[in-house]
Amino acid sequence: MAREATPATEPLRVVGRAIPRHDARDKVEARTLYAADWQMPGMLHGAVLRSAYPSARIRRLDVSRAAALPGVAAVLTARDVPRNVLWTDVPGQTSEVGPLRARLVLLADGVVRYQGEPVALVAAETPEVAQRAVEAIDVEYEPLPGVFDPAAALAPGAPRVHEEGNLLARWQIRCGDVERALERADVVIDTTYRCQMVDHAYLEPEAGVAWVDADGVLTIRASTQVIEHFRDVAEVLGVPHNRVRVIAPYVGGGFGGKEDVTVEVFLGLLAWRTRRPVRMVWSRQESLLARAKRHPFVLRYRTGAARDGTLVAQRIELLGDAGAYAYLSALVLLYATVTACGPYRVPNAEVQARVAYTNNPPTSAMRGFGAMQMVLGYESQMDQLARRLGLDPVEVRARNALHKGDRLPVGQQIETRVAVIEAARRAWAGLGPRVAPRTPHHRVGRGLACNIQPYGRIVWLHDWASAWVGIEMDGSVVVRAGVPDIGGGQASALCQIASEVLGVEPAQVAIHIADSALTPLAGTTTATRQLYMSGNAVLAAARELRARVLEVAARLLEAPPGRVELREGAAVAPDGRRVALAQVMKECARLGVPRSHLGVYHAPAGDPVDLARGGRVFPDYTFGAHAVEVEVDTETGAVAVLRHVACHDVGRAINPQSVEGQIQGGAAMGLGYGLLEEVVVEAGVNLTTSLGTYLVPTALDLPDVEPVILESGDGKGPFGARGIGEPPVGPPAAAVANAIEDATGVRITELPITPERVARALGLLESPAPGRA
Amino acid sequence: MTELAIAFTLNGERRALRVPAHRTLLHVLRDDCGAVEVKEGCGEGVCGTCTVLLDGEPVSSCLVLAPRVAGRDVVTLRGLCEGDALHPLQEAFVAHGAAQCGFCTPGMILTAYALLRERPHPTRADVRRAIAGNLCRCTGYTKIVDAILAAAGPGEPRDGA
Repeated sequence: MAREATPATEPLRVVGRAIPRHDARDKVEARTLYAADWQMPGMLHGAVLRSAYPSARIRRLDVSRAAALPGVAAVLTARDVPRNVLWTDVPGQTSEVGPLRARLVLLADGVVRYQGEPVALVAAETPEVAQRAVEAIDVEYEPLPGVFDPAAALAPGAPRVHEEGNLLARWQIRCGDVERALERADVVIDTTYRCQMVDHAYLEPEAGVAWVDADGVLTIRASTQVIEHFRDVAEVLGVPHNRVRVIAPYVGGGFGGKEDVTVEVFLGLLAWRTRRPVRMVWSRQESLLARAKRHPFVLRYRTGAARDGTLVAQRIELLGDAGAYAYLSALVLLYATVTACGPYRVPNAEVQARVAYTNNPPTSAMRGFGAMQMVLGYESQMDQLARRLGLDPVEVRARNALHKGDRLPVGQQIETRVAVIEAARRAWAGLGPRVAPRTPHHRVGRGLACNIQPYGRIVWLHDWASAWVGIEMDGSVVVRAGVPDIGGGQASALCQIASEVLGVEPAQVAIHIADSALTPLAGTTTATRQLYMSGNAVLAAARELRARVLEVAARLLEAPPGRVELREGAAVAPDGRRVALAQVMKECARLGVPRSHLGVYHAPAGDPVDLARGGRVFPDYTFGAHAVEVEVDTETGAVAVLRHVACHDVGRAINPQSVEGQIQGGAAMGLGYGLLEEVVVEAGVNLTTSLGTYLVPTALDLPDVEPVILESGDGKGPFGARGIGEPPVGPPAAAVANAIEDATGVRITELPITPERVARALGLLESPAPGRA
Repeated sequence: MTELAIAFTLNGERRALRVPAHRTLLHVLRDDCGAVEVKEGCGEGVCGTCTVLLDGEPVSSCLVLAPRVAGRDVVTLRGLCEGDALHPLQEAFVAHGAAQCGFCTPGMILTAYALLRERPHPTRADVRRAIAGNLCRCTGYTKIVDAILAAAGPGEPRDGA
C-alpha cells in the first residue's frame, strides 16, 4: 500500500493507525450474532407470498385454507394492514412532475406491479408450516399488459404502472450555452452507453426477529442500515413512533440494499398481530427476485472540446428504470444529474434526466447511488477524446480537472481540495512496467477512470447525527451511537476517534450501537455519511468532555489548565506529574461535573434549489482514480484484469486498514459490475434468482487491488476525513472499457463487458445480438 | 414425515438426535444443535458461506442431508479454537483486516484451514483457487489471501496443481 501523508495540525496517536477493529475477534470466532441467529422463546416463523406475475389484477385472494392449517398463527393481506403504504417525500423537484410524494404499497392491494411483489404474510410454528401456508393461499390473477423498458414506458399509450403516469421524476441542469459551444467545438464525441441492473448480493440475506416487549414496545432486531425505520413501522401500524424500537445487530453487508425497509414492517405486522416473537429470513432466491436493485441507465453523452483537449460543452440525456415502485429513484436520479459531467470543468452543460416506472423489479439505493453509473459515460468520453486528439489519458484529464473553488455545472462551489490529478497520476504510474501478451492472440491494454462521488446526504435534508461519550468511574470510555455497522468498520472508527481525544487506548473504549431506543440517533449508514457525520458527533462530544476533565485535572495537579494533557489513561502536567483518569472521575463526581456529553453534528444545510438555476446540493465530494491493465483474448473475447491500482483522496485515513478494505472491496464490486453481473429480466420475469446465475465475482475472477491512499487533510469529516464507502465502486467499469479499447481498438459501450460483447465488437460473431439487447 | 436417529461428533462432542430425513446438515447444526456459527448464504451450494469440515473435508452443509453425517465427524469454526487461544488463521484474519462484515468468515477460514493442511505453504494462486467457492462481497479477497498466506508462514511455496 502507498500512503501520502500531509502533516497533521495536531499530533495524532491513534487516528491514522491501521489497528484491527474491535469487532474482528468476535467475527473470526463466529461469535457475532447476526439477525437470523437470534432466537426467542415461543418464536414463530414468518414467510411472504409473492406475486408470480409482473403485472396482474388480483381477482381473488382467499387465505382461509392457509389460515386453517395446524400451526398457522396468522395470515395477513392488504386488508389487515392498518396503513398499507409508506411515503417518501422528495424535496426540491422542480420539473413538470412536481414535488414528489412517492408511494410504496406494502402488500399488494388488488394489483401486482412486479414479479415477487409481496401479496400476503404468514406466521407459523415452523418455517416448513409457514411455507406450506404460503402455498395454500388461493390467489387468482388476471394478467395485465405490462411495460418493461423505460423508453417504452414513456411512449404515448404505454400501459400505466401507476395511475399518475409512468414518468416518476425528472431533473435538469443548464449552464452556459451548450448549443453554441457544441457548434463551435473542434471535436464532438457523441456516444450512447447502457448500464445494467445489478444486485447488492451481500452474503447475509435479509432477516430479523420482532417481539412485543414487556413494556409494550414493539422491538425489531433486524439486518438494516437504518434503525430509524422504527418510524415507518409505527406509521404502518398506526401507533406512536415511541412505541417501536429497531435494533441493528452487526450487519452481514448492506451496500444500500438494506437502506429501504425490507423485513422490518412485515415482522412488525406479524408480531403485533400475534403478540408472539416472529422471525423472518428471506431466502437468497427471494432476495434476488424481489428486493430493490441498482438502476439501469441509458446515457447519451455529447461532449465538445477544443483541439487542445479543453472541454467546452457536455449535453447529457439520462433515462433510468425505476421498476414498479418509487423507492429512492428520484434521489438516485438527482445524484446522477449532479455528477453527470464528472470531476471536470464544463463551462456549458445541459443534463436532462428522467426515470420511469416499469413492471420490472424496483430499483433504489446501491453503493454509488446514481453517481457511479455516470462514470461509464464521462470517463469513456474523456478517453475517446484523448484518442481522437492524440493526447495522453492522464493529460486530458489534468487539463480539465476541477480545482478547489470551481463550480460544478449545478452551480455548487467545491470547498475542499480536489485531488483528481494526483490520483490519476498515482494510479497510472502504479501500474508499473507493461506486461507482454501471453500469446499472439492476446492483447494487453491500459485504462484510466476518475470519479466524483458525494459524501453526506443532500443538504436539503438537514442531516444531523448525535453521539454520547462518557467516562466510567474506572477511567474506561463508553460511546453510544445509533450507528448500524454494516461491515465497513463504522463503529470501530468511532472508538478510534474517542480514544484519540480522551487519551486512552482503543481497547479501553466500549461502544454500544444501533438501538433506536437506547443509543442517540445517528441517522442512516448510507450515503457515505457515517464516518463523516457520526465521526464529527463523537469528536464534538469527546472534545467537550475532554475540556471539562482537563479543567478538573488541572486543579488536582495544580497546573495551568491549558497545559494539561490526557494520555495513557491519565491527565499529565507539563512537568510529567500525572493523575489517573479514575482519580479525575472521582473528583468530577465530588464536584458535580458531568462525566458524559451528548455531541450533535449538523451537516451544512440548505433549502431546495431549482437545479436549472443552480445551487448547493451536497456537503462535499470525494475524488479518485483507478488504473487497470487488462488482457483480451482476441479469439474468445474474454477479458482478464491483470492489475488494478485504486487511488482516492480520503482527506485523512482514520483507520488505513479499513480505508484499504473499502477501496479494495469497492473496486472488486465495480469490476463485478463491469465484467460479470447482471440481473436479467425478460418481460418482467427475473431469470437470475440464484447465485448460480447471478454472477458475483469469485477469488479467481479478480486481481489483487492495490489501494493508494491520498490524505489531503481537507475534508469535512473528523480530522479532515472524507467519506470512502461508495466512491471506489465507480471507476472500475469505465477503466476496463478504456483498457479494452487501448488493447484492441474497439469501444464497448454496454455493461457488463461479457466475452460475447467483446467478441461481437471484435467482429468474431456474425449473428446479430439476441433480441433482449 | 420420516424421522431418523443419527449420531455424529460436532467439534469433538458426540451428538445424538432424531431428524427428519430431508433436513440438511446446515439446518440441523443451526436449529437443532444451536451451532449458529454456521451461516446460510444461498441454500444451494454456490456461496460457500455454510462451509463445515466433514471428516476433515470442506463441504457446503446446505447440500448435505443430515442422515449422511451419521457416524462422521463435523467441525465448525468454533472447533478450531482451543480455549481462549485463536488459531493462527483466525489471528491472521484479525491482523490483516480480512473480516469486514464477517458473514463469509466462518466458511472462509475453514476452507483455508483445509487448504493449509493439504498444502502448508501455498502460492497466492493456490489460495485463490482454494477459496474460489467461498464468496465474499466486502473485501475483494485481497486481504483474505494476504491473511491466509501470513498464517501459512514462511516456507517454500510449491506451484499449484
